[in-house]
Amino acid sequence: MLQRKRIYGELAIGAIAAMCLVTMAYGGSATLKENVYDVGSLKPIDSVPKLQVGDKAPEFTLPAVGGGKIPLSQYRGKKNVVISFVPAAWTPVCSEQWPGYNIAKPIFDQYDAQLVGITVDNIPTLFAWTHQMGELWFPALSDFWPHGTVADQYGILRSDGTSERALFVIDKKGIIRYIDIHDINKRPPLDDLVRELDKLKK
Amino acid sequence: MMKRTMIFFAMLTVCLIALNGARVAAEEPMITGDVLGTIQLPVPQDPEAKNYLGLTEEGLFALSQIKTQVVMIEIFNMYCNNCQREAPRVNELYQLMNKDSKLKGKIKMIGIGVGNTPLEVEVFKKTYQVVFPLFPDADYVIHKTCGEVRTPYFIGVKIKADGSLRVFYTKEGGFQDPSQFLKIIVALSGL
Repeated sequence: MLQRKRIYGELAIGAIAAMCLVTMAYGGSATLKENVYDVGSLKPIDSVPKLQVGDKAPEFTLPAVGGGKIPLSQYRGKKNVVISFVPAAWTPVCSEQWPGYNIAKPIFDQYDAQLVGITVDNIPTLFAWTHQMGELWFPALSDFWPHGTVADQYGILRSDGTSERALFVIDKKGIIRYIDIHDINKRPPLDDLVRELDKLKK
Repeated sequence: MMKRTMIFFAMLTVCLIALNGARVAAEEPMITGDVLGTIQLPVPQDPEAKNYLGLTEEGLFALSQIKTQVVMIEIFNMYCNNCQREAPRVNELYQLMNKDSKLKGKIKMIGIGVGNTPLEVEVFKKTYQVVFPLFPDADYVIHKTCGEVRTPYFIGVKIKADGSLRVFYTKEGGFQDPSQFLKIIVALSGL
């Protein structure tokens, strides 16, 4: 009886040790290469919407990585605007989303749309992060201070201070025509955005 | 005491083997000597791409149906910065393969856009003027078959007489010199 207990004990210890080793191996392989920090799987959406389609887009002026400040109103009457909020620099998904948009400029041009990227990171962080993406054709804006004010106005500030992964399509009159507050862990397909931009023509 | 230690290590080994088996089952990157699982792709609508692959039917085709001895597969993602940077070199590799009279018809190249829709693959194709056939893998099915590798990733397979695909080379990340890369592929594939 005592012997059996001992064997079960050894089995349990062995199993725990093996699980620790395997977890370490998985942790290593799951770590994204280069400088991207793996945040793991997050709560898909962690904010309460404040805006809906048909609302006037809240005005803002934010500092850009390229220098100066950009007001949303500068596009009024001239361009449709797509705002791409991404949660944070140096994280998975975000680090690919903008490079993808960066080679899709002809599509944005086709719909007379200006892409504007916003994160809650500060300018130096945004500079370093976007610099390794190559030259971006759209402005990257910092909603760092007062922290996440614009993200909060747009109803997408998460409880940890990051923003949702969200897309807002704003027409030339400044009216919101599409909102996609996306699962933070997933990248929105380009197709959805193209479909909504196409609707602006009609 | 000795006996206890031996039992402990025996149990540990058993657990590790069991758990490692589970890990292998949860998709591992392809390595040389592996047999690539079945990959089915839609026959390209573009006549040039269809002709390049030597396909005559419509619908789906298996990689083993490509009229060649060796297939180089590039696993890419339209959103991946490194894949974008690598695209001109991959195009050059394709051109080198085609220019070499000794290799003509013996080696073909395709690209799989993991997590990409057809539209996203088309954006990549147009941006980098990719001539070889690219296929979307929007739901990551092929990505899983290839072992959920990082992008870009290159897999070289030989089509065996029984239609199986034997992996002879894999490479994660970009290559510096397309002509050197081609030399490696030719040497390892035995072409």
